[in-house]
Amino acid sequence: MDEKLKRDIILEHYQNPFHKGLSDNPEYITVNSRNASCVDNINVSVLIDDGVIIDARFDGDACAICTSATSVMAKTLIGKTLDEAKVIVENFENMINEKEYDSSVLEELNVYDTVYRQPNRKTCALLPFRAIRDIMNKNENK
Amino acid sequence: MNRDDFPILETGIIYFDNGATTMKPKCVVDKVVEYYTEYTSNAHRGDYDTSLRVDKEYESVRTKVKNLINAARDEEIVFTKGTTESLNTIVFGYMQKILKKNDEVLISKSEHASNVLPWMILKEKIGIEVKYVDLDENYAVTVENVKRAITDKTKVISLAHVTNVIGDIRDIVEIGKIAKENNILFVVDAAQSIGHVKIDVQKANIDFLGFSAHKMLGPTGIGVLYGKYELLNETDTLEYGGGMNAFFESDCSYELKEVPWKFEAGTQNIAGVIGMGRAIDYILKIGLDKIHEHELELKKYAVSELKKVPNIKIYNENTDSGIIAFNIDKVFSQDTAIFLNRFNICVRSGNHCAKILKDEIGITNTCRASFYVYNTKEEVDKLIEALKRQDEVYDNIV
Ligand SMILES: Cc1ncc(COP(=O)(O)O)c(C=O)c1O
Repeated sequence: MDEKLKRDIILEHYQNPFHKGLSDNPEYITVNSRNASCVDNINVSVLIDDGVIIDARFDGDACAICTSATSVMAKTLIGKTLDEAKVIVENFENMINEKEYDSSVLEELNVYDTVYRQPNRKTCALLPFRAIRDIMNKNENK
Repeated sequence: MNRDDFPILETGIIYFDNGATTMKPKCVVDKVVEYYTEYTSNAHRGDYDTSLRVDKEYESVRTKVKNLINAARDEEIVFTKGTTESLNTIVFGYMQKILKKNDEVLISKSEHASNVLPWMILKEKIGIEVKYVDLDENYAVTVENVKRAITDKTKVISLAHVTNVIGDIRDIVEIGKIAKENNILFVVDAAQSIGHVKIDVQKANIDFLGFSAHKMLGPTGIGVLYGKYELLNETDTLEYGGGMNAFFESDCSYELKEVPWKFEAGTQNIAGVIGMGRAIDYILKIGLDKIHEHELELKKYAVSELKKVPNIKIYNENTDSGIIAFNIDKVFSQDTAIFLNRFNICVRSGNHCAKILKDEIGITNTCRASFYVYNTKEEVDKLIEALKRQDEVYDNIV
């Protein structure tokens, strides 16, 4: 993907994030996720019904990479089954951690395919995915 | 000032993160290397030349520290691994013994984690109350507000001399006077002030104080706990082992060494102590007044230049230390810091371990530029030039 296009997508999601703001529906599972350097701080909130992600939302205070990645993630995961979501999460994490991954499942999340070059940004991009993992665990143990 | 003494600066790095840690002059590094290459030995233990040399060097630093902060005697100086250990020893070695349920400890919301969390834990353990002095419109602690916050339950005032985000210098002499008049213990976190402004523990009637060498041109992993002699005598060490006991027997009788050695259990950070001594010499040779003047001049210059840059918000324009907290409007602090890194400019972003300051300034994250002896106006100019190019903040985001 063209560098400029990637940047535009990221900035668009940073400045006009998708589904920013939480729902007060108690059926949502919400988790807080912060990175160790104590800067990014987000809440990710997901509504799961019958093994399908019906809605994903977030709020919080975070840098451009973290905010936009959370936004793109939310957009990507809505409508996916939990199994599909797991595959996406794993492949995204592999991409950031410079392991082998399948870009065909990542859709718009592919815009982060060069974040690995900036070690100080990796945790920012991974933060929402840590949250979604927690949410899926919570859902399994419900 | 003295830039040639800092080889690391030759790399072109513009280092504005002195609040986190400082660069080391060559003489400090040489002093540490000298210990490792010429007379490595343990302290207080040997009967041979190199060990005696260690003892002499090690104990001579106690005197240097005593003179730096004008303590009454060498024995009031305990070596620790830094401010954090010093404050924890004060809280859990002394305060835990003498404070009672509902006794009040007065701190502020701009304190560093190491002057907040130990008190919160003590609250959990024995039920003390943690109270906050109100900050004024510049987010500073004023003597008036300290007075107002004191109640008949106040037993301790524990404040940073200089805070690490706002950089306000607290009037510790006045606060110390008030503490004494009200029979309150006065604890000072000198992490940000040591090596920047003068401290006189007797004049300020300070009961306990802590600082770290690495923020004053010295090595990491070494610092100081100061306590009035009679208070240190009543303070328990948090560690037991070699070097700190006079004897112990199989019937479980034992005796600990005197203050300060009872606090220095196990093999100490000898290289660190010796390096810290050299850093103190170096700083005193320049002069603390001169250092402070230099930082203040840089801060004033930086503030006036920053004000000419659009969309910059400064949070602590009016404080008298070399610390500036700022943000570019609508840009997350970490994004700014990472952008500045492209120009080889080091600033810190985040909440700087002062996590409850957000209650006061209404914002969780800032960029912090903090100056020291070797920083220059030319470096500030480079920061300004970079910030003028703020439209490019996101150009290299991926
Ligand atoms: C005001 C203040 N207090 C305490 C500390 C803790 O110092 P250290 O990490 O060296 O123990 C710091 C360091 O950031 C500080 O700025």
